[in-house]
Amino acid sequence: MDLSIFQYHFMQMAILAGLLGGVTCAVVGVFVVTMHLSFIGVCIAHSAFAGALLGLWLGFNPLIGALLFSLGAAAIIGPVADRGELNPDTSLGIIFSLMLGLAFLFMGLMQGARTEALNLFWGSILTVTQQDIIFLAAITAVIVGLVAVFYKEIHAVICHREVALAVGIPATIIFYGLLFSTGVTITASLQSIGGLLIYCLILNPAAAAYQLTYSLKRMLLIAIGFGIISCWAGLVASYFFDVPSGAAIVITSSIIFGLATAFSPKRKVKGWQQMPLAG
Amino acid sequence: MDDTVIKIQDAVVSYREDVALQGVSLEVKKGEFIGIIGPNGAGKTTLLTVVNGLGRLVHGQAWVLGSRLNGGNGTNLRKRIGYVAQVERIDPRLPINVRETVMVGCYGCLGLFRRPTRVHRERVDEVLEMVGIAHLAQRPIGHLSGGEYQRAAIARALVQQPEIFLLDEPTASIDQKAQREILSLIQLIHREYGTTTLFVTHDLRMLPSICDRLILMKDGRIWQQGDTESMLKEEVLTQLFGAPMAVPGEIASLFRSSQ
Repeated sequence: MDLSIFQYHFMQMAILAGLLGGVTCAVVGVFVVTMHLSFIGVCIAHSAFAGALLGLWLGFNPLIGALLFSLGAAAIIGPVADRGELNPDTSLGIIFSLMLGLAFLFMGLMQGARTEALNLFWGSILTVTQQDIIFLAAITAVIVGLVAVFYKEIHAVICHREVALAVGIPATIIFYGLLFSTGVTITASLQSIGGLLIYCLILNPAAAAYQLTYSLKRMLLIAIGFGIISCWAGLVASYFFDVPSGAAIVITSSIIFGLATAFSPKRKVKGWQQMPLAG
Repeated sequence: MDDTVIKIQDAVVSYREDVALQGVSLEVKKGEFIGIIGPNGAGKTTLLTVVNGLGRLVHGQAWVLGSRLNGGNGTNLRKRIGYVAQVERIDPRLPINVRETVMVGCYGCLGLFRRPTRVHRERVDEVLEMVGIAHLAQRPIGHLSGGEYQRAAIARALVQQPEIFLLDEPTASIDQKAQREILSLIQLIHREYGTTTLFVTHDLRMLPSICDRLILMKDGRIWQQGDTESMLKEEVLTQLFGAPMAVPGEIASLFRSSQ
């Protein structure tokens, strides 16, 4: 295999971006998948995308727009999902379509070439800068650090939120913290993976890991592994076959999910209760 | 010395336009075992949520374990209150096992930034042994039967070492044998740990024989309350449920023999 690609500076940056993006996306993905909140994540991803486009249109840093919109979406979506004033599917569908509409509106209002906007659509992992890497590394460190510090509370909230509340864990704060973490992660990865594709990298590795283990710690490690493999394999495929890197990453992660589902021990879950008790 | 652990005065709770509790007042002494019965929608579960600070009062006041509930101190109070709800459907693929689920009961008291120690792990082992599911400790929580799941929920509440024990239809949706075993366990815990226990059910056959007092709820109000013998009468129950009701034979004899 020709390893000369790793000598290029842009490829080294891309590999680092893949590593960091793979880790953070997989970690927040585990929370979203375990809480069965996949569509909430999709909404936050599209909100970040709309915010970034607003930034581009008005001439300020798109990452700031993405951050504000994704955190705003998390702050709106959480209570909407909790209070049940509307059917969550309905309210999330409305927010999702509104964000997509805003994204296209901001794009339509832009003057001149829209290359940068289109890059936010598809991502451009091969053009990430050192500044992007530093930002992504900082977010990764914060997310992984928070998970390490609040692991027991997070485990309780994502698996038994009502119980966590009843035993005196600040479950609502933890829940909103997880939603905000999703927003921040999406913002940090927007540049490299792209607004339309980022969510697949959050969902697929975590969903694949969910099929393979009953341990949250193992699930986190497997999802991180799958996230990094998806990014790196997608990068290599992109380089050798000259296809968009974001799309290659997402397709790789989808293939991993398909394989994990096909070989999942949890497919036999119905037969579990007939099995002899362990130990 | 005043040994009142729960005091609720004129509590009103509403969920948007639906008023779930209408002017409920109640006092519970330390160590009492209170049975709460009534038809669906009577406000039984809401009353429990007022006690553990999850139900928001739109009117009235509540004091629990010496503190007046003000919306901000509920989290701290819940660390001292064990709560067991009825069996819920759980994703069988959930990445948490029985031991981890029971350990969650320690997390509130432990607080943020602190990890469980050997003492906590030993307490979990003891409680799992006591409720009879130590052999299921490593099993994913979503793979338990209804009765096993309720034992795990009771174990989780017990590791909190609660002063108040709230049980919301703990025997609903499980088979009769498991119902009897869960009831025996609850009564054993009440005696051994000396908790103040509030037990909600709409099924008269599920009333524990050690009830000190019965509260009959209807339309968001406490309709009547008193000792079990005076409350468990056909005419009282028929009025409460709005349909002809007989006192189940086994319950009547249980309460007679426990007097």
